[in-house]
Amino acid sequence: MGVDEMAHKERPTEEVTPGEIAALSDSVIITQLSRLVSWGRQYSFFLYPFITACCGMEFMSVAGPRYDIDRFGAALPRFSPRQADLMMVVGTISHKQAPILVKVYNQMAEPKWVFAYGSCTVSGGMYNNYATVQGIDTLVPVDVYVPGCPPRPEMVLDGLIMLQQKVAREPNINMTRGVSPLGEADDRKIIG
Amino acid sequence: MGAMEMNEEKRRGQGASDSEVLARTKAVLGPMGVMIHTHSQHGDDTLVAHAEDVLKVMEFLRDDKSLKFDMMMDLTVVDYLGAEEVHPYLKPMNARFEVVYHLYSVEKNHRIRVKVPLPEDSPYVDSVTGIWVGADWFEREAWDLYGVMFRGHPNLKRILLYEDFVGHPLRKDYGKMKRQPLIGPVN
Repeated sequence: MGVDEMAHKERPTEEVTPGEIAALSDSVIITQLSRLVSWGRQYSFFLYPFITACCGMEFMSVAGPRYDIDRFGAALPRFSPRQADLMMVVGTISHKQAPILVKVYNQMAEPKWVFAYGSCTVSGGMYNNYATVQGIDTLVPVDVYVPGCPPRPEMVLDGLIMLQQKVAREPNINMTRGVSPLGEADDRKIIG
Repeated sequence: MGAMEMNEEKRRGQGASDSEVLARTKAVLGPMGVMIHTHSQHGDDTLVAHAEDVLKVMEFLRDDKSLKFDMMMDLTVVDYLGAEEVHPYLKPMNARFEVVYHLYSVEKNHRIRVKVPLPEDSPYVDSVTGIWVGADWFEREAWDLYGVMFRGHPNLKRILLYEDFVGHPLRKDYGKMKRQPLIGPVN
């Protein structure tokens, strides 16, 4: 008699005791793999802080102990785009800076998300001139827009929670964004 | 002259005698024929000089024992396109730009403003980097944004904008909506 048959004989599935059911319900979760992966992702963002201007001061406030994005699992800044999955674009992006932003975005590993922090990244803000990009969504796809000049920390936390909900709902965990719609940034133009 | 008018003139710094700085400057530079105009308003002494004499003027202001302007605080440019009548001396010289220098003497604690009118077709002026090293980046910025050329500058290239940029965006005739992005749509 094999081991399986023995087990079957001694413990028929129909005869699980109420005590065993209680124990199982305390220790087993039935879910989908994609949900589990998304759940893990939404609470462990690794930020790439692309900080160029005054919103950076406000970002420090959000990241610091008073507002503390660590409470939402998004505390750890990575200063290599290879190790990051959430690009926080904080501050005005000039046309001179734009190829660098695109290049950093392209260097990030999948999956990746983009957070537009402050009016300038959302739309160019109060700058509509020869120097300023009119919203970073003209360069890279954006997941969350948080306007404000600068945004209140509560708005940023709200945006972060919205991003978490978006990540949780993502139907395809293997989704890739690939390079920016504008393609690879031209190295020569960055160096000048 | 009524009391009110006198007060008004006093407030504007006109009618009163020149400050020591301006008196000394006029006494030396006047006979050299390098000055176009001087005035003193709200206590700010201003000297307008010919572009071709700018090195002579600046060297005097730095080296003179009673002036000692050892620090160049600021260098910028004004574009008077369409507003040349603001200063009576601009139109006769066919001048469009004015390079503005703000000088300060650390030892004497006094200041002077030097302005140099430049015509549109040849906006050239001698670089003062040989007199104040700190003028280097100011002159690059003035070249970058206004297209004023500084003769003798060691490295006159764009400082704020990118090398591929065409034109000088703070000129009054640079289109308000003109855009030239390096990447992405023209927005």
